[in-house]
Amino acid sequence: MTLIQGRTGDWEVVIGLEVHAQVTSKSKLFSGASTEFGAEPNTQVSLVDAAMPGMLPVINEKAVEQAVRTGLGLNAQINLKSIFDRKNYFYPDLPQGYQISQYLDPVVGKGEIEIDLEDGSTRTVGITRLHLEQDAGKSIHDQDPRKTLVDLNRSGVALMEIVSEPDIRSAEEAGAYVEKIRSILRYLGTCDGNMQEGSMRADVNVSVRKPGDDFGTRAEIKNVNSIRFIRQAIDYEVRRQIELIEDGGEVDQETRLFDPDRAETRSMRSKEEAHDYRYFPDPDLLPLELEQSWVDAIRETLPELPDQKKHRFVDDYGLSVIDAGTLVAERKIAEFFEAVAEGRDAKVAANWVMGELFGALNRTDTDIATSPVSAAQLGQLIDFISDGTVSNRLAKNVFEIMFETSDDPKKIVEQRGMKQVTDAGAIEAAVDEAIAAGAAQVDQYKGGNVKVLGWFVGQVMKATQGKANPQAVNEMLRKKLDG
Amino acid sequence: MAVDIETVVRVARLARLTVPEGDLETLAGELSNIIGWIEQLDEVDTDGVEPLASVADIKLRWRADEVTDGGIPDKVTSNAPDPQNGMFSVPKVVE
Repeated sequence: MTLIQGRTGDWEVVIGLEVHAQVTSKSKLFSGASTEFGAEPNTQVSLVDAAMPGMLPVINEKAVEQAVRTGLGLNAQINLKSIFDRKNYFYPDLPQGYQISQYLDPVVGKGEIEIDLEDGSTRTVGITRLHLEQDAGKSIHDQDPRKTLVDLNRSGVALMEIVSEPDIRSAEEAGAYVEKIRSILRYLGTCDGNMQEGSMRADVNVSVRKPGDDFGTRAEIKNVNSIRFIRQAIDYEVRRQIELIEDGGEVDQETRLFDPDRAETRSMRSKEEAHDYRYFPDPDLLPLELEQSWVDAIRETLPELPDQKKHRFVDDYGLSVIDAGTLVAERKIAEFFEAVAEGRDAKVAANWVMGELFGALNRTDTDIATSPVSAAQLGQLIDFISDGTVSNRLAKNVFEIMFETSDDPKKIVEQRGMKQVTDAGAIEAAVDEAIAAGAAQVDQYKGGNVKVLGWFVGQVMKATQGKANPQAVNEMLRKKLDG
Repeated sequence: MAVDIETVVRVARLARLTVPEGDLETLAGELSNIIGWIEQLDEVDTDGVEPLASVADIKLRWRADEVTDGGIPDKVTSNAPDPQNGMFSVPKVVE
């Protein structure tokens, strides 16, 4: 258990997360307007989204399917009957004066997912529910000194709100939870998980307590839009609450904002009665009823999900949980790895993908999908190492050239003469040369300083441009120097 | 249930209605009457009865996921006072 040390002893942190994920669909939840990102203001708004009098909502079947698909991916119960409610509040970017959401009867009920921690351990986090709701429009506060401008393009876009149980116990776990949710959504194709564009954001509920006590009063940090910020916001909020309580104060149940520039949370001027949402069933919408056969048909189309894939990579390929977790985080990476590992040593394949390939992709800010080195090419390179065509060391150089040129390793090795020298005659000549040139080192070696052998190996490698087989060089040197 | 003046003030604020001080007592009485009338429904025994969403025997209608609407920014903002750059403008909202 992760505990935080305070002046009066240890504290336990309790975190629950509400993740808002934009449903991948062409049109909105209750209107036929487009959901495309980045359009001119108010060009993707129907009169339903603008809440013109008399306009009625009609539900998008794709949005329902995506919510059910996500529920299945979260190992959750699907409710065959759910209800849309109105959540009432006033804000300029909410033209209806209420958000259509789901309250007591959400489409998806309890589920659970596994989160992967940095030390290689895993934990199960409960999902309380998932419900469908409308997004609001966008308020722009910085274009006019006296006015707030409102663009309704986002108004009515379908969101899934995924609520976790208060099972999370540290900032690290919260980050791992959001990463896993994002990974599952991407595998399922139900949300693109793009936090920069606002496709995914989280409300973070944080409280602290002495271990074994009842839950403390929680503060809710609204709309945090990156995993790093979620961790920072929790770190700050936990410190704030512990200090407050230890100084004799009490935590207010309130909504707070995270300020990324200062890495701190601050109270949103808590408006009186702001939380009196007066939910009631939306009279414009009948209950959402699903057929079990329809749900089953969706289940049939689920891909292998990250956790299943991770367990398979551990069982079938003998990878560590951490490595398997890294490789399955994105579907494309997992597929790339499996193509490389096919018929080869999976651990070697994993090391090349996570080492050289990830390194080069990061350095050049490239995505796996547009990697200049294909899985087949990386596989050929690994074959060259195992059959002794190139040494491990030279293979890294070959890889660099492959990454620059997209050429096959065969072509590179042949054209640039990078084949490993295993020919005993050639190695012997270089060894003899090194011994002749290093009379002083020979004396040191004979005097008992065996470390100096490394110097000889270095000379031979230099003379052969790194192409000599290091094992053969070592053997030959020992034979000559000891003999 | 009797509605007191405090409740009238709160409900008016939630609905963003200005109610003059002098009208509060009258409204409390009227609202109490309305609620009392509705409360007669509590006399009906509804144990074991499924909530009824509609009196008509119809199901929620679904639509296909196609873009069939939008592209009418001028219509959307046509009733807006002082639209700017195609957007609605309202007095500054600061948080």
